[in-house]
Order: sequence, then C-alpha cells, then structure tokens
Amino acid sequence: MAAAATKKVLYGLYTDEEDLKTAVKSARDAHLDIMDVLTPFPVHGLDPVMGLSESRLHYLGFIYGAIGCLFGFGFMSWAVVSDWPIIFGGKPYWPIPSYIPITFEMTVLFSAWGMTLTFYTICGMWPGVKPKILDNRITDDKFCIAFDVSESGKKDVDSLQSFFTKTGAAEVHEKEI
Amino acid sequence: MSQAVAPVRHVLIEGNKSYHNITEDLSSPTEKAPSREWIIAFSIAAAFLGLYVFAVCWTIWKGIGSWNLNRTINWGWDITNFVWWIGIGHAGTLISAILLIFRQRWRTGVNRAAEAMTIFAVICAGQFPLIHMGRLWLGFFIFPFPNTRGPLWPNFNSPLLWDVFAISTYFSVSLLFWYTGLVPDLATVRDRASGFRRKMYEIFSFGWTGSAKHWQRWESLSLILAGISTPLVLSVHTIVSFDFATSVIPGWHTTIFPPYFVAGAIFSGFAMVQTLMVITRKVLKLEEYITLNHIDSMNKVIVLTGTIVGVAYLTELFIAWYSGYIYEQFAFYNRVFGIYWWAYFGMMFCNVVSPQLFWSRKIRRSIWWTFFLSIVVNIGMWFERFVIIATTLARDYLPSSWSYYSPTWVEISLFSGTLGLFFFLFLIFTRVAPVVAIAEVKHILKVAGSQFVGKNATTHDGHSTVQVNKEEN
Repeated sequence: MAAAATKKVLYGLYTDEEDLKTAVKSARDAHLDIMDVLTPFPVHGLDPVMGLSESRLHYLGFIYGAIGCLFGFGFMSWAVVSDWPIIFGGKPYWPIPSYIPITFEMTVLFSAWGMTLTFYTICGMWPGVKPKILDNRITDDKFCIAFDVSESGKKDVDSLQSFFTKTGAAEVHEKEI
Repeated sequence: MSQAVAPVRHVLIEGNKSYHNITEDLSSPTEKAPSREWIIAFSIAAAFLGLYVFAVCWTIWKGIGSWNLNRTINWGWDITNFVWWIGIGHAGTLISAILLIFRQRWRTGVNRAAEAMTIFAVICAGQFPLIHMGRLWLGFFIFPFPNTRGPLWPNFNSPLLWDVFAISTYFSVSLLFWYTGLVPDLATVRDRASGFRRKMYEIFSFGWTGSAKHWQRWESLSLILAGISTPLVLSVHTIVSFDFATSVIPGWHTTIFPPYFVAGAIFSGFAMVQTLMVITRKVLKLEEYITLNHIDSMNKVIVLTGTIVGVAYLTELFIAWYSGYIYEQFAFYNRVFGIYWWAYFGMMFCNVVSPQLFWSRKIRRSIWWTFFLSIVVNIGMWFERFVIIATTLARDYLPSSWSYYSPTWVEISLFSGTLGLFFFLFLIFTRVAPVVAIAEVKHILKVAGSQFVGKNATTHDGHSTVQVNKEEN
C-alpha cells in the first residue's frame, strides 16, 4: 500500500453502541460521507446501517480449501503412482482410502492459511504497520464516527459538528492522520 | 424484549461492569509488575524447563538407550506423554470452535486461555515424537520435500505420517485462530501503553484500528476458522488413535479407538483448563469473568466425556469377550489383571469413578473439588495412555519375549520437563497478553446480561431491572 498523504479527520466519540447505530443511520439519511466507523468490539447490526456489503472472505475460504484438497490428493497420487511407484505385497497402487486423512488436513490447512493471509492483506495489517489511531480510547470504550474533512470548507465542518451534537456524541475532535 | 430467548439465562459477566472496567480488569495484569506468586511459579517452571533441556541433551548425547525401552516394549513414556499432551491440546479449539458454532456465549470467558493452553500443549506433545526419533536433526525427513534420495517420498499409507500432517496442521491453524482473535486485544493494550511497550504492541497488533469493515471480516474469518477447526480437532485425535488402531496388535486393533480417543481428549483437555483456570482466576483476580457458572459448565462437560470414556472401557472388555477370539481376550485380561493391573485400576478410578462426583451441583460449583478432581482426571488420562501402550506391548505373541518396563530418570525428567515448558509458556502468556478475550467479553456484555430477567437481574450500568420485569410479566 502506498503511503497515503495525511488526512484531516473530524471524529465524534459515542459512549454506547446504540447511540452509534442511530447516529450512523442519521448520517446516512443526511447523505454524509462517513470515512470510517471504529468500535472497540464488533457491533452487530452496524453493517446494514452503514450499508457495508457482506464480507466475501468465506468464498475465498472455500476456494483455498478446494485447492488444498486437490493439491494434497494430487500430490500423493503423483508421488506414489507416477514418480516412485511402490509395488509391494499385492497392495493397490493407488490406495485412495489411505489418502483421506492427509487430503482432509491439507484442505483445512490451505483454507485457514489462505483466508488468514487474505484477511491481513486486504485489511492492510501486518507487523510493522504504523496504526492510524484517532483516539486511544476507541479500543477501550468509545465508539467513533470519522469524517474526512481534508477538502471540506468551514461550512461543511460546521454542519458535521452540529450533526455530532444532534446525535449525542460525547466528544468531537479534529486530527490529522 | 423478544421472548424467544429463555428468561432464565444468567449474566455471563458478574459485577455490573462497564466497557472501561473490562478493559481495566483484563489488560491490567500485563501492565503491572509480576506478583510474588507469579515469580515463584515462573522460577519453578523455568527450573523444570532447565531439567527438560538437560534431559534432551542427555538423550541425544547418549542415545535412546538412556531410556528403558526394550525390544518388546518399544513405546513407553515417550508416546504416552505425546498422546496425553495432544489430548490436553484439544480443549482450546473445542471451546473456541465447537462452542462458537453452538452459540455457547459463556465460552468467551475462557476461550483465550484455553486456546493458548492448546498451543502450548501441542508444543509439548510435538517434542516426544521428535526426540523419539533419536537423530533429532533429521526430523525434517518426515515431510515430503524434493530430495536427493530419489526423490524418495514418505509412506502416505502410514498413520504415523498422517499424524505429522494432522498435528502440524492443527498447531498452525490453532495458532492462526488464537492470534487473529488476540490482535484486537493487543491493540487495546497498545493504546494504553507508552514508550517501548507501545512500540512492541504496535508490532504485534499489526496496526489494528477497529474499523467496522475490519471487524466484519474478522468475524467472518473467526466463524469460518471455527467451522473448519471443528472437524479438524476431531480429526487430530482420530488420527492419533489410528497410530494404534490400524496396527494388527490385539488390544490396539479396535474400531472403537477414534471416538474413544476424542472423548478422552476432550475430557483431559477440559480437566487441564479447569486446573489452569481455577488458579488463573484467583491469581489475576478474574472471578467476575471466569465465574462459577463457567466452572460448572466445564464440569458438566467433564462428567459427560468421563462417562463416554467409561462406557468405551466397558465396551472394549465386552467386545473382547464377545469376539470369542482368544488373543483379543487375553490382551484385555492382561490389561486388567496383568502386570500393569495397578495402572488399569488407577485409570478406572480416576477417569470413570471420580468424575461421577460432578453429578452433584455442590461439588461442580466447589473450587477445591474442581481443582482436586481436575488433577485426578489428568492423572487418570495419563494412566489410560500408559495402559494402552505399555500393557499391550508387554505381552506380545511370543511368551519368551514378554517383558516389563519402568522409566529411567531421563524419561521422568523429560515428562516433568515438558510440564515445566508448558507452565513456562503459559506464565509468560499471562504477562504479555490479556488472558480473557477483551473484545469478545464486551460484545456479550449486554447481549447476555440483558436477557436475564430473573431475580437479581441488573442492567450493565448497574440499574436494577426487577421492576421492568414485573411490568413485562
């Protein structure tokens, strides 16, 4: 990810997730362009209010799992049947039942690693990423709505200020991140 | 309030906590200087870890001959310890994954510590097959990698190789699941820290901000990881049991092994969680998060799985008799009344009889009984693995090679050393990361508590809801 230029952010902190949900809803009704909503824990019912579409991560989980399954089974078959055939004791050359455990493990392994790595990549999260923290209390007990006001005039900022006051934000701050 | 929810559901977090209280309570253990108890415990664990390192060096220097294994009994304490630790390593994923899928919200109080325990137990378990190889530095031969010997591939028909895949997959997936759950909580600790600590937690929290989209993906990831970990956790001990069940040795060659091993694993895993939780909640003052209800629920799992294990023991004996096959009959006669009779009766007493005490609600909710019985169960499960391995091997087909086995000091040191390793890792964990999942506890604070409309019900900010209930009723 390219280092984004600093943004000027106006954010309001709410003390309860219900207030947050109401505020997000009224922001959407007023067609305010929310930059982000930050919460200390997953707030259920927030996604539809924000208009976030469902995560597609689980489709990827299935695809990665399918790749792992085919890879595991295919590799074992190739190794034992073609690369180094083991011919002993009248046993089948291609003993499918005994591939089941490893095939299963490879399915799970690929699915889990693939999904987790995808998750961190699309969220832009890795060790060493400098977090853009608006407020230290967002991971504690504050629920935050943030607006990007880098290019907003005073009038817009004032209307956002009044939006925060109206919807019961406990604090409103401006910060460059 | 919707009446679809049972009105009897009790609050999961006691003490009318606010979100901030939860943050304070759960992240403070990582911020304070260690207590005297912690230092004493850590020193003991470190001493045992030292003993472990010494015993490993001794084994490698002298060779496996420093153990008392012989030609007849070629698996002894090593594989017993391996299976025992793997079994203990099942509870974490069980609590996180299966209880998540069953929507058992009480799991949030204990899942983080149980997952950590899983990872440390699997680390301990993995030591034994590796050391058992003798030439530890050639351990990588077990993986199928292109090599100059052909390339020669491992035997994909061997349950021992399935074990390699099962355990390494289980370890790495558990680690991902645990760490991804931990990231938001490390961010919480980060945002309270300053200076060097803040820098460290910045690295380990991967730049987490708490964005709504990230939370959504995080929840999606957690749910899918739980979904795939559920069959995974069941597969691991199934495959461990295949090490025995696919052999042609009477006493091992039984189809009951997979379910019986899995039940035993859950049984011993929960017992170890109890042992750790009873101490942790006391020392870190987490009684309001890991409540008596948690202990009660886990004890119910113990009595259930203990009973399943008991039924399996009796079924084994019955089937051996009913089979009419004298070798099978002898194997089980020998298991019960043979040279290791004391291990069999120890196992029966610890695993089948003692957990039955948990039918009593009073005992289930007693800290001392829970602690005591959890230790008894752990001992019993160790006996079980020993009984399966040693008694079966001691009396093989050829009476002239019948043998007896008792461990040397090296084997005893290796076992007690892994206990040191386990507690060493766990104690470090309690100092660097929140032992209870902060974000998940906040998430259930209202959902669960507000559903409780019984006597003493309170809302999360401390107001009594008793009057409200009267109106509702």
